[in-house]
Amino acid sequence: MNQPVGRPEGGVGEQDVLALLAELDRELIGLAPVKRRIRDVAALLVVDSARKAQHLPVAAPGLHMCFSGNPGTGKTTVALKMASILHQLGFVRKGHLVAVTRDDLVGQYIGHTAPKTREVLKRAMGGVLFIDEAYYLYRPENERDYGQEAIEILLQVMENQREDLVVILAGYKDRMARFFECNPGFSSRIAHHIDFPDYSGEELMQIADLMLERMGYQFDASARAAFDQYLDARMKQPHFANARSVRNALDRARLRHASRLFGQIAGADRETLSTISAQDILASRVLQGTSPAAGDV
Amino acid sequence: MRVTQGAFSFLPDLSDQQIKAQLEYCLRNDWAVSVEYTDDIHPRNTYWEMYGQPMFDLHDAAGVMSEITACRKTFPKHYIRVNAFDSTLGWETIRLSFLVNRPPEEPGFRLRRIESEGRVQRYAIEPYAMDKPAGRRY
Repeated sequence: MNQPVGRPEGGVGEQDVLALLAELDRELIGLAPVKRRIRDVAALLVVDSARKAQHLPVAAPGLHMCFSGNPGTGKTTVALKMASILHQLGFVRKGHLVAVTRDDLVGQYIGHTAPKTREVLKRAMGGVLFIDEAYYLYRPENERDYGQEAIEILLQVMENQREDLVVILAGYKDRMARFFECNPGFSSRIAHHIDFPDYSGEELMQIADLMLERMGYQFDASARAAFDQYLDARMKQPHFANARSVRNALDRARLRHASRLFGQIAGADRETLSTISAQDILASRVLQGTSPAAGDV
Repeated sequence: MRVTQGAFSFLPDLSDQQIKAQLEYCLRNDWAVSVEYTDDIHPRNTYWEMYGQPMFDLHDAAGVMSEITACRKTFPKHYIRVNAFDSTLGWETIRLSFLVNRPPEEPGFRLRRIESEGRVQRYAIEPYAMDKPAGRRY
């Protein structure tokens, strides 16, 4: 995944980009706005290298991004992928990802924050700096909070060293909106504000299939119908966290599957060991009509 | 007199682009790069002042370059060098060290002859700049 695609001298070919986009389509389900934006950025790069060949002026595009969306919509997953995509497109030189939160940037006492933030920025040079839950950087209730200092250094580097690193912020939508309201400078320095939509039931089903495939399981026909029913019920309940809820549900189905087989393990063949059937899913409390306590039970 | 210490010192001063290429080489080998400065250029002065901490876990030369730029800004007339430390077992030492900044004028070194016991002649060298107190030498 990290290997750069073969590209002609001095630029990226259209073929490489198409291959990359196809791969993205396979690996990420739904997320149409995200894919569209990546396509735009990729197209710009191809056009730019064609422009360079014609000696037309080329400016480095601003690539800082903000991912906002509900829990479990794939923000972190896409950010991880973004580093290698940008590397393959030739926008960043090294293509590594440095994932940080407030703790890694903000110090504990006066004079601690600036070196700490700079340290992180230096590590991220040539790659992508991913700031998860970026709104925690700014704490309006404490005016002497050191977060502000980290924000200022970040902004300065985002502006002046655009070709050296790409900053991606991520967080829940409403809180990001409030964060940008308080830091308008931040908002305007980010070229791409990308919203991650909630998944539809159908997409969630595809995600479940993909997850199971990676774990080496499969649904039988009745289990698929049961899981569909489960998703319908779960989506109506509070605290639904999209793909994360799907993963949790599958994990619990695996547990039930395991305890069903427990005690008769000697006779179990490959098929039995890897097939989740309807009873593993129907036993869920979501379908029993009792409401879940907190989170997904 | 041009001071020749570290690698590449008999070549013309490296341009920023060349420094960057050397740094890329260091980082590619997983060496930790650090920036140091001094205004006491005596050849036996091995321990220079550190500018910030050694930089581990870096992937790209841009990070080191920003540190060098900051150091040059703070100490425009000092000698500044870049060290690359190899932490591999068995090496655990500086693998590459070269100057990235030098004062505009380098007055050179004075040779001192010291008369010792039994009229034995001993020699010492010291930079002319050492006559002035630290910080005002170049």
